Amino acid sequence: MRKTLIATTALIGMTAVPALSETIGISIPAATHGWAGALNYHAERTVERLSEANPDLEFVLTTTSDPGQQVSDLEDMVATRNIDALVVLPFESEPLTGPIQRIADSGVWVTVVDRGLTQEGIEDLYVAGDNDSFGRTAGEYFAETLDEGAKVVVMRGIASTVDNERVAGFESAIEGSGIEVLAMDHGNWNRDTAFNLMQDWLSRFPDIDAVWAADDDMAVGALAAIDQAGRTDEMFVVGGAGMKEMVDRIRNSDPTVPVNVTYPPAMISTAIEMTALGLTSGAPVSGEFIIASELITPENAENYYFEDSPY
Amino acid sequence: MNTATLRQTRRPKVNLAVIAPVVALVVLVLIGIAMNPNFLSFANVTNVLARSAFIGIIAIGMTFVITSGGLDLSVGSMAAFVAGLMILVMNLLTESMGGGLPVILIGIALALFAGLAAGFINGILITRAGIEAFILTLGTMGIYRSLVTWLADGGTLSLGYEMREMYRPVYYGGIMGISWPIIVFAALAILGEIVMRHTAFGRHCAAIGSNEKVARYSSVAVLRVRLMTYVMLGLLVGIAVVMYVPRLGSASATTGLLWELEAIAAVIIGGTLLKGGFGRVWGTVVGVLILSLIGNLLNLTDFVSPYLNGAIQGVVIILAVVLQRNTGTAR
Repeated sequence: MRKTLIATTALIGMTAVPALSETIGISIPAATHGWAGALNYHAERTVERLSEANPDLEFVLTTTSDPGQQVSDLEDMVATRNIDALVVLPFESEPLTGPIQRIADSGVWVTVVDRGLTQEGIEDLYVAGDNDSFGRTAGEYFAETLDEGAKVVVMRGIASTVDNERVAGFESAIEGSGIEVLAMDHGNWNRDTAFNLMQDWLSRFPDIDAVWAADDDMAVGALAAIDQAGRTDEMFVVGGAGMKEMVDRIRNSDPTVPVNVTYPPAMISTAIEMTALGLTSGAPVSGEFIIASELITPENAENYYFEDSPY
Repeated sequence: MNTATLRQTRRPKVNLAVIAPVVALVVLVLIGIAMNPNFLSFANVTNVLARSAFIGIIAIGMTFVITSGGLDLSVGSMAAFVAGLMILVMNLLTESMGGGLPVILIGIALALFAGLAAGFINGILITRAGIEAFILTLGTMGIYRSLVTWLADGGTLSLGYEMREMYRPVYYGGIMGISWPIIVFAALAILGEIVMRHTAFGRHCAAIGSNEKVARYSSVAVLRVRLMTYVMLGLLVGIAVVMYVPRLGSASATTGLLWELEAIAAVIIGGTLLKGGFGRVWGTVVGVLILSLIGNLLNLTDFVSPYLNGAIQGVVIILAVVLQRNTGTAR
């Protein structure tokens, strides 16, 4: 009698242990460019931190270099690891909407990061950056710092929705400030293109007060051209996305690189942490979470500097 | 009487064909002067020449490859890979050797050797394994591009600060304000023109491109000459990289993107025949300058929407070639 009771409790205990532990599957693009590299770095760091703080949580992290492989990864996660929640940054929205919907329908919690799906209402939680705010934050800094009649040049990225939203945000922020945009052209998020473009603008305009480079890779190219022309003291350059080298210059109060605007790859951490929070505490986390772009200044630069990050 | 009129009508035609690229260049320069007073400033002229140097140096080698009936699509990726490799090794050596001039010299030697080796691989596979140049170099283009992405772990490879400062003068320094890339480009162009015009090698290239069988029967070492053109192009890619790395001190997956097409376009604008058999290095130099000037002019003016930059370049390329086609048949 007693023996059976113990045996039963033991049995219940045994089945209870796997029920208590929750598994979170994470699927993100492989490190094919700087920003994605940082995404991987932050995802790994967060998984490490959460596993330590919460022994009941288990993680499956996969990185993929094409949409097809990502679909297979997701299927494997569901079939072999029996995940309770999924954090996914879709490689492409269109081909992944269907597979993610099937996973959501099977009762798995789904968190989608940055790239939205083509169908609404599939995901439980949506975490993304804010391109409008990315441009607006830079624009607001320009409007505050520069005098009326100040002359600026704007380096855009590759012609795309992301770029258009950013530039629209920037333009609306400087509207009415009296700042004159001398020229606006595509630097294609590329250092070399930005270098040539900036060289030509420096030949063309005798007075430039500031450069908005809309991305740190372009800022690197622009800074090299300005340095070559010996006009470093004349203007400042604001990039974006918080590249390590730029944050370091801000931290050291470099007058040429006064601030930067974030489009944090660490948003993957936000998504994983919130998903884990929802699973373990029952606190409501469903809905949308849009991460505003923040201004990195010499005062707060230390918080944005990640020594080991590849970006 | 009859022959006299024929000669009169033909002579200006031929002249126009030969000087067509030069005419295009002069027209672009005149437009530039009219549109912006800073166009002829020393800074702008040296900027344009220096940035032309990378593609220019590669295009000189490409002239020989195309003249002998070949093609190389891998040069842009090859440049990125060699640049990545050079930066990686220089950073490693800085750690172990503590930097200094030897590291830079080893870096330069490595870049030249890597370019040479990459060109040799292209050449040997095309000539000995008999793979179509277009397909083979399309393959190596993908391989080198992936390799540099892999080396950089998806991000950017940057030269250490100390080395960057020391190596910087190779791009920004020079003699009497003329920077090194311009000097090297000019020297190589002159050398290339001499080799093309006044050596057996140059004439063999044209002979092979014109008719490979006839060249072979004329006891031209066809395979060796063609191999040499790819090796030479690889070495020139290495030289271009030696000039490129000190500019921004970095390489990434987007380094050298589309350089191969710009180099090929420059060669064709310059009057070299895409199907081979005739090439001229000075024309290639003019072609490179035309391409750089279009970009420069578009940046110096608000004349057209930046969305249309590519369209303007396309129109100029086609026009420059159309001007020469009249002679292509006459010749």
